[in-house]
Amino acid sequence: MASMLMNSVRNCSLKSPRAVQFGKSFTFPACGTKSKKTLSKTGVKNIVLVDGVRTPFLQSGTTYADLMPHDLARTALQGLLNRTGIPKDAVDYIIYGTVIQEVKTSNVAREAALGAGFSDRIPAHTVTMACISSNQAMTTAVGMIAAGQCDAVVAGGVEFMSDVPIRHSRKMRKTMLSLNKAKTLGARLALLGSIRPAHLAPELPAVAEFSTEETMGHSADRLAAAFGVSRREQDEYALRSHSLAKRAQDEGLLSDVVGFKVPGKDIVSKDNGIRPSSMEQMAKLKPAFVKPHGTVTAANSSYLTDGASAVLIMSEEKALALGYKPKAYLRDFVYVSQDPKDQLLLGPSYATPKVLERSGLKLADIDVFEFHEAFAGQILSNLKAMDSDWFAKTYMGRTSKVGSPPLDKFNLWGGSLSLGHPFGATGCRLVTTVAHRLKKEGGQYGLVAACAAGGQGHAMVIEAYPQ
Amino acid sequence: KMVTRAVAALSRFTIRARCILFAARSHVNCEIKGDVAVIRISDPNSKVNTLSLQMQKEMTEVMDEVWGNSAIKCVVMISSKPGCFIAGADINMIQACKSTEEVTRLSQEGQKIFEKIEKSPKPIVAAINGSCLGGGLEFAIACQYRVATKSKTTVLGTPEVMLGLLPGAGGTQRLPKMIGLPNAFDMMLTGRNIRADKAKKMGLVHQLVDTLGPGLKSPEERTIEYLEEVAIDCARGIVNKKLALTKEMNMMQKIQDHVMSYSFVQNRIYSTVEKKVLKQTKGLYPAPMKIIECVKAGMEQGPDAGYLAESQNFGKLAMTPESKALVGLYHGQVACKKNRFGVPEKEVKTLAILGAGLIGAGIAQVTVEKSINTILKDITEEALNQGQHQVYKGLNDKTKKKSITSFERDSILSNLTGQLDYSGFEKADMVIEAVFEDLAIKHKVLKEVEAVIPPNCVFASNTAALAIKDIAAASKRPEKVVGMHYFSPVDKMQLLEIITTDKTSKDTTASAVALGLKQGKVVIVVGDGPGFYTTRCLAPMLAEAVRVLQEGVDPKKLDSLTTGFGFPVGAATLADKLGIDVAAHMAENLGKAFGSRFGGGNLELLKTMVAKGFKGRKSGKGFYVYQSGLKDINPELKEIVESYNMMPTPAVSSDSDVQYRLISRFVNEAVLCLQEGILTNPVEGDIGAVFGLGFPPFLGGPFRFVDNFGADKLVEKMKTFEEVFGNQFTPCQLLLDHAKDPSRKFHRLIH
Repeated sequence: MASMLMNSVRNCSLKSPRAVQFGKSFTFPACGTKSKKTLSKTGVKNIVLVDGVRTPFLQSGTTYADLMPHDLARTALQGLLNRTGIPKDAVDYIIYGTVIQEVKTSNVAREAALGAGFSDRIPAHTVTMACISSNQAMTTAVGMIAAGQCDAVVAGGVEFMSDVPIRHSRKMRKTMLSLNKAKTLGARLALLGSIRPAHLAPELPAVAEFSTEETMGHSADRLAAAFGVSRREQDEYALRSHSLAKRAQDEGLLSDVVGFKVPGKDIVSKDNGIRPSSMEQMAKLKPAFVKPHGTVTAANSSYLTDGASAVLIMSEEKALALGYKPKAYLRDFVYVSQDPKDQLLLGPSYATPKVLERSGLKLADIDVFEFHEAFAGQILSNLKAMDSDWFAKTYMGRTSKVGSPPLDKFNLWGGSLSLGHPFGATGCRLVTTVAHRLKKEGGQYGLVAACAAGGQGHAMVIEAYPQ
Repeated sequence: KMVTRAVAALSRFTIRARCILFAARSHVNCEIKGDVAVIRISDPNSKVNTLSLQMQKEMTEVMDEVWGNSAIKCVVMISSKPGCFIAGADINMIQACKSTEEVTRLSQEGQKIFEKIEKSPKPIVAAINGSCLGGGLEFAIACQYRVATKSKTTVLGTPEVMLGLLPGAGGTQRLPKMIGLPNAFDMMLTGRNIRADKAKKMGLVHQLVDTLGPGLKSPEERTIEYLEEVAIDCARGIVNKKLALTKEMNMMQKIQDHVMSYSFVQNRIYSTVEKKVLKQTKGLYPAPMKIIECVKAGMEQGPDAGYLAESQNFGKLAMTPESKALVGLYHGQVACKKNRFGVPEKEVKTLAILGAGLIGAGIAQVTVEKSINTILKDITEEALNQGQHQVYKGLNDKTKKKSITSFERDSILSNLTGQLDYSGFEKADMVIEAVFEDLAIKHKVLKEVEAVIPPNCVFASNTAALAIKDIAAASKRPEKVVGMHYFSPVDKMQLLEIITTDKTSKDTTASAVALGLKQGKVVIVVGDGPGFYTTRCLAPMLAEAVRVLQEGVDPKKLDSLTTGFGFPVGAATLADKLGIDVAAHMAENLGKAFGSRFGGGNLELLKTMVAKGFKGRKSGKGFYVYQSGLKDINPELKEIVESYNMMPTPAVSSDSDVQYRLISRFVNEAVLCLQEGILTNPVEGDIGAVFGLGFPPFLGGPFRFVDNFGADKLVEKMKTFEEVFGNQFTPCQLLLDHAKDPSRKFHRLIH
């Protein structure tokens, strides 16, 4: 599936210029009156994002192909050290999120931290929660600081899809493990003799739910159909994502990216999956999952990506004491979960109203939205779900809809569809982007939301640090 | 095997009979979307669509309009009922016919309509969601293209054979051409339901559509809409020649098709299938042979002969007593899927089961499958372990057959708690005990349980023979005590016999019935008494079987006589399955209760067998020896039988006599149960005998057998036997009454 997805992405013609012009001007209205002046709460520590960086996100199988996951994580950590200038022993704890684990570096946080030159006295652990793994890393850090256990924590995420653990079949593994225990030559030969050609078939990891055995793309196609999202709408949205990402890249807005000198290869300093195509080109693609009448294609899905990200999170006092000017406050967050079969990718719809309620904000108070784009069909389905009173009442037990985020505030610097989606690393990118956009656009509140495998979801409210 | 499967499968299809005539179009509606006519079917008077007269009339009208409208280029045929495309022909429509010719005409009219559909110049796409059975399937395969949802409720099949009929609207002609002879025979002769994914593989449908989850409308509604959208695209694709109507075949299929085109290969198939059918049906079921005949006629003599054979044979079959009996069973089964005691005050959310043996674990399996918290308690870890393993294995077998995923299996298993103590019983809504059949033990557990359960908790006893009132005698609250007699293996046997005492409250009964129905059982409710209904009917037949053995008939012969009469399992094999010790125990208890009427065979024969360790299947030896899947007559049996040897009386010992000796004792006892009020009605009597004891389904149960065979003829036979054997063959009063007055029938007459 992966290779097929990649091929069709590569086959997209890149020659045609941007076919769709975005009429919306990119000037931003000054913040109107907000429901709340600040989200600071008495008795609750202010926790800040000092800064965030990431490696360039590359399509898997390209320049990073010969690395290992911790190499990417290490690069992100080194980038953070350089960017913030924080002493290598001033951090209390390091947490990383990742999804597909390299078995040799199962606690990739620790390996990367050691490799990046952090003091070996800093403990590190790795978390996993599918596409919101680095969100989980960040909120774990927030929790540790809020509990008074730490003052400065590095959180990050990494995903490396150029190499994934492909295993021997269970039967083969069992034979090999028994081989270790076999004492006599005869016993060993008997075991070897029991190997059949079928045992040699490898087991490949799939982007599929364990519980339902459904691939995520298939679920996304069904979701789009359930919400009546057309192929054209999806292609238009994907084109928007790529066009906005291209523009952000060209205008140098993606300042969280740090260059990476890949051993034996060139310096990589840009994401390489941004490819604005044309509606005509995209329309030529065949559906990738539901055949022949599906609507999700390689061009309107996020692609397999290698990349890592890292953020430095501190209590406000600590940041100020160290002389930092923080970028943003990390405020309320929620995790939600739903039916992994039919509501696999609806996390943002559930998480958004919940986190707004917790913050005491309305949708209109939010100046910057950054949603994880797993599939164009998934984003558009979520927008429709959030705009439906019927859905809010029937499935979320709410009295009315939360409303759909206005597109002129939504993922304006591209998203996972165009920038790429290294599963474990995307969360930090979203948070850093919100901080950067708030600053650039002069907004006060930002909202991050994401869906994840397992039918889970996450949202976080971010407040700009006063200028 | 086919017969039992046929009967088992009866429960899975539904043909509702309704026939209300309206002047305006109420069943079929046509919306024109550009160049596509979307024809939506929905019977306003029923949960399912059937091809009733009204439906056919409206369909013909609408199709004529469609064909006459030049703006319409193609057609989508869809049902607007969730869970049902068309569930089949209207049974009542067939039952209302008085002659073979009348039914044949019905069939020919159906054939004509579908022929027009098949030859439609405008492509018709059948969009299938839910059951597409019988006439519904014949309709769908007459269309040019079929799209089906992957929903679990989407099943395609030709269940006519289970009603003693055949697919009478072109099915026997179109199916073999569409999916090949072997698959077509498999479908038509077993009546099995084919799930959507299998149907696609077989070439029965062209495209599959996913079911959808929550969106801006309910999942069911939106799934149907989506199906319609895809079907419209397909219809336009056919018109624009973008979609090929011929199925893509791989090399294997091409070779297969080629091989099948030789007539000697076909003949080989016919003879193999005929042999198999004869072996399984013993020639007692006419429908399967007729199906083969129709297919053969079409393949060898062309469509005209094929369609003619189909309609004529359909007419003939509809008038056979076999078909009427099977239709009667179908109606009876529908009746036994309803709770005539109303909705219980409290739904069972937690069930506790005492005893993790075969039955206890079986009950646990069918309960956890319905997401009910289930406590399985035993007294030893070993027994508990075995019980829990049985539940796991039952579910895991389903995983292997891919009817559930391994994840669903685990999730279902999470409803099961295995334990050795009474913890958690304070939350139980019902307790079913399945401990050893001994009154003292039953009393002991009843007292233990009553000490820990909440006041509104029902106590149900799973017993095959002990009187419920005797068990309830130890209870502080006899109104909460009821009998629930499950049949082994619980996950396969459909029947549940519920026993009420005169103290059992209506709500307790309602609660037991509701649980049984939820477990997927066909439920009969009978009065209390030794052996209740089912065991009481079985015991005299087994006593007679023992006598037959004593007369020198060997177990194999006995088995062939009983299966030859239509029982799915022979009497000797049945006793082995039941357990010789259980049979002896049962015979002794009932013998005490009913006296010499339950005599005949010598009980000591069974007891000697038990003493020698020949306890039947479970011990590896009984009437047969079971070794590595094979069974052979137990060589040591001869010696035992010889010591109880009886001289047969030649006048009542022919094969046929032996068969009627066995069956008449069964039937007489059943009628006596109705006479004594153990049974409330003959319908439950027939259902209990067929689904619990394997009474020949084509006879429709003991009561329909009396109706069809003639009570007078039966009484006459019994009197001959009575002269030789005595009161075991004395016909009961109710049977005598029926014999005297031929107009008296247990079942309402159907033409």
